Amino acid sequence: MSEQQQAQTEKLAHQLLQRAAPSRTVYEDLIIVPVFAIVAALILGGLVMLATNVSLEAIGKSYVALIYGSVGSLGAWSETLTAATPLVLAGLGVAMGFRAGFFNIGAEGQVLMGGMAAVIAGFSFAGLPIYIHLPLALMAGILVGGFYAGIAGWLRAATGAHEVISTIMLNLISYRLVDYLLKVPFIQKSGRSDPISNAVLDSAQLPRLLDWIDPNLRVHGGLIIMLLAVWFCYWLLFKTTIGFEFRASGENADAARFAGMRSGLIVVLVMALAGALAGLAGANQVLGVLERASPGFSAGIGFNAISVALLGRSHPIGVLIAGLLFGALEAGGRQMQVDAGVSLDLIGIVQSLIIAFIAAPLLVRAVFPWGFRGKAASRKE
Amino acid sequence: MAMDAVASPSSNRKLDTSALRQSKITGAILLFLALITALIFAQVEGGDAVFRLSRPTDTWALPNLVVPAGPFNWVAVAILTFLGVRQWMSKTGKGASLALGLGFAIFIAAFLVWATAGKAFSLTGMLQATMVRAVPIAMGGLAGVLSERVAVVNIGIEGILLSGAFTGALVGSLLGNWIGLIAAILVGGMFGFILAALVVTYRVDQIIAGVVINLFVLGLTSYVSSQVFSEYRFLNNAPVFRAINIPILSDIPVIGPMFFQQNIFVYGALIMVAAATYYLFYTKHGLHARSVGEHPQAADTLGINVYRVRYVHVIMGGMVAGFGGAFLTLGLVGRFDDNMTNGRGFIGLAAMIFGRWHPVGALMAALIFGFADSLQQKMALLQTPIPSEFLAMAPYIATIVVVAGIVGRSRMPAADGKPYIKE
Repeated sequence: MSEQQQAQTEKLAHQLLQRAAPSRTVYEDLIIVPVFAIVAALILGGLVMLATNVSLEAIGKSYVALIYGSVGSLGAWSETLTAATPLVLAGLGVAMGFRAGFFNIGAEGQVLMGGMAAVIAGFSFAGLPIYIHLPLALMAGILVGGFYAGIAGWLRAATGAHEVISTIMLNLISYRLVDYLLKVPFIQKSGRSDPISNAVLDSAQLPRLLDWIDPNLRVHGGLIIMLLAVWFCYWLLFKTTIGFEFRASGENADAARFAGMRSGLIVVLVMALAGALAGLAGANQVLGVLERASPGFSAGIGFNAISVALLGRSHPIGVLIAGLLFGALEAGGRQMQVDAGVSLDLIGIVQSLIIAFIAAPLLVRAVFPWGFRGKAASRKE
Repeated sequence: MAMDAVASPSSNRKLDTSALRQSKITGAILLFLALITALIFAQVEGGDAVFRLSRPTDTWALPNLVVPAGPFNWVAVAILTFLGVRQWMSKTGKGASLALGLGFAIFIAAFLVWATAGKAFSLTGMLQATMVRAVPIAMGGLAGVLSERVAVVNIGIEGILLSGAFTGALVGSLLGNWIGLIAAILVGGMFGFILAALVVTYRVDQIIAGVVINLFVLGLTSYVSSQVFSEYRFLNNAPVFRAINIPILSDIPVIGPMFFQQNIFVYGALIMVAAATYYLFYTKHGLHARSVGEHPQAADTLGINVYRVRYVHVIMGGMVAGFGGAFLTLGLVGRFDDNMTNGRGFIGLAAMIFGRWHPVGALMAALIFGFADSLQQKMALLQTPIPSEFLAMAPYIATIVVVAGIVGRSRMPAADGKPYIKE
């Protein structure tokens, strides 16, 4: 092996390692940048409120409500975790795709299809005990979500169809399909003319974890499934051969193929896994929170999942943290709307600014130069 | 032909087999369409399909087109079968795209005849609606073409369209529709600038930057709309651009209303597509732009300022998208609603890929989406036995089929999505 090749190999290994553990291990980048990003985003959000004629008093009140509603009480924690669970699950799916070099815009459709499957399994099969019925309904969501995304993966592998276009189309198809399914007599709630499904039976609902304290606490068994999924993704990505193949083909598809990795199989597997996770997120919503399906029950989870995956730098632990942050903002935002009368849509602005600041650390350094010890130069290496 | 195959060097073998494979896929699709036509569309109980080619207000009235449904569709079956078999047996794999395009056209005609059998249907109205629905998608696609030709992936088109719609409604309500339109274009350009600054100067991941723009615009416009517009309604009530009939041309039957009885947005969109095509493929600057998208290092060596070219084109793309977004408010309803683009920017991206990164291709793809969209609306009136949801799905399924079968391996600009670091 010539020296140059050696250098090349080392460079590639280094890049792979960077993917494995983001290079910004300095605590400044892991702690200070995100903290400043959140602070800066909240300040800018305040400016937006000022510009739209919201009084200073109301702005203060709304930020107090934001904190109180997200982490201020047991109920707030419960809401934060409930909102974060599907975001982390679907975000893990998108992150898996990113790791292997695929941009899966289709999480929204996969959430919908997985959720529909889980609802149908959840209200069919009456009389089953919960330890059979619940896993069955979850499995339905996982399989259908995985199959639906697998279509895009298979198309990519077999024909080269760009996954961005096929997942966008699959999203659009899923909206219509759900509209249709919700009007099928077998699925539609009897006696209703609007599109809404039968309710999930008790035996297929994810049990609430804290109802022995207060029956209004909504946090449910999906939280445990979510944590298991985070662990599973971490294990798969970093401890198994197939995970290594995912990362290698994301880093350099040609090199991975020349190294003997089966690129077609990897595409299908990654997409199916991404869809399975998104489908699980959908199942989690209908079995744990909504108890039935109605048009648009995915509520943008699939699109927020893209943000969560980006924010978490496609690392399972990062996705978990990013999902918790987004869940907290969502739960707090609802409290803000109630207490201060500020529209929940403000949260969308704050979320986008946080991502912008975290994705462009240079921007944060420019805004808060005193927060850093001038180590910008040493970061290059 | 056989000689060619023997003479061609082995390096061409792979290309040849992939063309043959495409031909096989095309043949299979065509035969499948023939089967559906035979089993469903040809099974009509007599009855003629009446297509109205002109409206009462038209200058030159054409007689209605009366098609005997059964015989027409059996002819369609025959042609589809012929095309399918021909593609399947083809030894050269040539003409696959043409045959598929023709096949889809015949299939849609057969479907229309089947759905209209025994009833009457205004073709002119539907074509006009097709154009209207295609404009924002085509502009999204054109914006994508402009920025991806200089190797910047623009996922933020959805957000830029939305910002154009919002600005058009807000400024249009205050200062009139012309100023509203200009403001929408400028705001679109501004977001183009922000995207360019993020990805070219700060080298933020292009997809992250686009997603940020989408989220930010969605959040900001929804926030203002629920916080401000709901209280001050006059801020969201813009005057709409009326249709301008182009003399003589607008009197052409059938296609006259589609192309020449529209408002300035449609004319503007058509002109922009033509101008962009000319610019990108027939001028020196267009060549520079494409070279930046294909091989920025080589372009840089030749003295082209890669960064400036990227900035300029992404900003132009943003302006185009702002214009397309303004159509939704200033060209149609005069009012902004939360998330009113509703994924059109993403469909525009699909149109761009479908149209092989070419302005005219993107317009054609957008017209197909627009056609399907308006067809679905009209079909609801005709009450066909097929649920309208499946009709609405059809164009998306067709897109997947076509992209998988034909343009699957169409090539994107070589440097697409990669930042360029000047040495």
